[in-house]
Amino acid sequence: MSAEAPTPGPPAGPQIGVDEWVRRSGERIGGPGGLLAPVVRVAGKTPQILLLAVFVAGAALIPFLTSNGYIIGVAADTMLYVLLAVGLNVAVGWAGLLDLGYIAFYGFAAYLYAALSAGHLPDGTVLLARWATWQTVPVVIAATVVLGFLLALPSRRLRGDYLAIVTLFFLEIFNNFTTNGSQWNWLGFSGTTHNVTGGASGLIQTDPWRVFGHHLNDARDYLWVALAGFTVIVLALAFVNRSRTGRAWRALRDDPLAAELMGMPVKWLSLLAIAVGAGIAGFAGAINGAYYQGVFPQTYSFQLLITVYAMVILGGAGSLGGVVFGAVVVNVMLEALTHPADARWVFYAGLILGLVAKIRPWRLLGALLAGLVAFGVVVNEIARAVWPRGVGGPLATGQNTFSQHGFLAGALHHWLLLPAHTYTDSNFRIGNYAFVLLVALVLALTATHGWRRWALLVPTIWGAAFVWENVLIEQNPTTRPLFLGVILIVLMATRPAGLFGTNRVEIV
Amino acid sequence: MNGVLAFQLYDWHYFFAQLVAGLTLGSLYALIALGYTMVYGVLKLLNFAHGDVYMVGSYIGWFVFTGLGAPLAAKVPIVPLLILVFAAAMAGCGALGVVIERFAYRPLRRAPRIAPLISALGVSFFLEQTAVLLWGADPRSYDTYDLHNGELFNQITIGSFTIAYAQVLVIVSALFLMVALSLFVWRTRTGKAMRAVSYDPEAASMMGIDIDRVISITFLIGSALAGAAGVMWGVAYQNLNPYMGFGAGLKAFTAAVVGGIGNIGGAMLGGLLIGVAETLTTGYLSSAFQDLIVFSVLIVFMLVRPTGIRGTPILQKV
Repeated sequence: MSAEAPTPGPPAGPQIGVDEWVRRSGERIGGPGGLLAPVVRVAGKTPQILLLAVFVAGAALIPFLTSNGYIIGVAADTMLYVLLAVGLNVAVGWAGLLDLGYIAFYGFAAYLYAALSAGHLPDGTVLLARWATWQTVPVVIAATVVLGFLLALPSRRLRGDYLAIVTLFFLEIFNNFTTNGSQWNWLGFSGTTHNVTGGASGLIQTDPWRVFGHHLNDARDYLWVALAGFTVIVLALAFVNRSRTGRAWRALRDDPLAAELMGMPVKWLSLLAIAVGAGIAGFAGAINGAYYQGVFPQTYSFQLLITVYAMVILGGAGSLGGVVFGAVVVNVMLEALTHPADARWVFYAGLILGLVAKIRPWRLLGALLAGLVAFGVVVNEIARAVWPRGVGGPLATGQNTFSQHGFLAGALHHWLLLPAHTYTDSNFRIGNYAFVLLVALVLALTATHGWRRWALLVPTIWGAAFVWENVLIEQNPTTRPLFLGVILIVLMATRPAGLFGTNRVEIV
Repeated sequence: MNGVLAFQLYDWHYFFAQLVAGLTLGSLYALIALGYTMVYGVLKLLNFAHGDVYMVGSYIGWFVFTGLGAPLAAKVPIVPLLILVFAAAMAGCGALGVVIERFAYRPLRRAPRIAPLISALGVSFFLEQTAVLLWGADPRSYDTYDLHNGELFNQITIGSFTIAYAQVLVIVSALFLMVALSLFVWRTRTGKAMRAVSYDPEAASMMGIDIDRVISITFLIGSALAGAAGVMWGVAYQNLNPYMGFGAGLKAFTAAVVGGIGNIGGAMLGGLLIGVAETLTTGYLSSAFQDLIVFSVLIVFMLVRPTGIRGTPILQKV
């Protein structure tokens, strides 16, 4: 405090004529802390349109900056996810409706696109029709919107979690139908079976998009198509968000009962939110069906649903920029996890960044890092003396490839225990026990306070690195979905508003 | 309607077999549904992770079962063996349920309603993938056909009505657990506290009821029942895999809704109904599209009567 004389301000304590709860509502909203705070502040001050322009231009230029087909492919995939996340945000982030059938809309659109664009059954016959792109895409989007309406129409009576379960049933029905559609027999009422969806092998050899006489054949083209669609959609959504409808959606999310009492057409608003989301999923589905040159029932799974949910929640449900950010971060992270060498750097960089962002003051951070290094080295030295096999293993660098070299590998060899590859796979149970122990340690960490927490933090982080190097890095097909689950749980417990969302004011 | 269908419709033996299979499956669903309905009763939370707790219970049971040398070289006689397996699975799942509640749901007690739902989705996915990581995605089997020369699957025949010992075991032990639960909820002090919390948490806490404790107990009991159901599944249907919890959980949840969510008797009734409906669908209509038919009927049911058979209309208070 400065030495200034205290100004005769309002006296402390409750005042007459001022609602304490309203006066202090600003404090409860709060902004994000840590390293992200300046980013959020800058992003908040920059005009939204400028952010959009920078993002779109940056993404559109990727094919000029690199000729690496893999990177362009990842960029195109990421844009599809961005579209999906933006669509889901309408129902979940704005209207507050837990729409778990969202991926069924995406899958429906992809299947419809394939059926209308010469999708072939595995035996080589064309399933339905071959239309031109300018006919197919609008029809697909319109049909998906109608489907969204139809599904939401009866559900409008249902409250939050009932809507979730009805839409989840719809996803199950969709998956059941597409997977077994090769033996469609009108539910047992017809003696013969028809192949209506291609079954488990899906529909293949769909026509690519054809725009102004050009066939769109590679990832680059679909990246641009997705970006163009994204720009239009985001501009439209930003407009809607500021309109009467957007405000009504947020009112519906924050308190459905109050919204209804204010005379808002709650049912119509819910319908609209789900249908608009479905339309965006429809557009993404039409791209999906063409880009992958086929549709496969395994794609439109519960796992994809969780992935898109993690994106929306991580970025901050309700914030367009946040959702886009979440989709990019999650997809790039999942992609990096498939390459152990990259994943290793991402993991340790993320770990240290997280510590730097979260832990204050600096002295404490320094002590913690020193403690970590010391702990690892001591454990390593003890193991070297009594259990030489425990330090001898190499680091996994890819599908059954290992390395002893490099700076990081050298450091890890003197810090961690690496018993995994000194055993045969079938005998290696240490990793499993370590994983369970790590989960227990993390849970204990959230339940303790004070010095115990600091004392626990060191072995927990070391244990995380141990599990990471010995189990997770190699099991990446499992690690990826595992991380999605962890993201949902941790975010809900620590920061339900996501990275860029604003905290909701609690209503007492 | 084709010839086969018409023939089957008049085959009483076939019909009874389907009915018994349905009641067996239904008892399982009823046990899982109880967990959903109890948790929904006290927390108004749709616990998506409950189905995966059932899956974990099935695995715990498998480890104890095979750990004791079963099915081929069982070290203990069949009755204590089954009791041990049930006890281990129920204890393990009960603890798991309490941990899940404590760490994933308790911090969100005052958050907007959508937050714990999303957290529950995350827990469900986490449990499923952890199971894949720890135990692999390949199915495992209890192989109870090999236990004591397949004694469990000997048939009891009464007229045109046959039932296997395993089915009797499942139905009777499920009934036993349900009766025990009813007695607990209606006759004990803790059960009374549970009903009070379910009716009005705030008023209950003002009456000196420790809400956190009641919720923990609810999760303990609900998850233990799911663990028992997991073992029953293994004993009667053999195969288990990390993904089995999702579908079973979904159907059991609907059973809870069909019976009227929050209503314990309703959940039992709903579970039996869903089980019978499912096996009859498989037996008479189509096995490939069983899920499609069951879920479509359920969607229609939920739209027509969202409060369920025994539920009372929900009054919303401001």
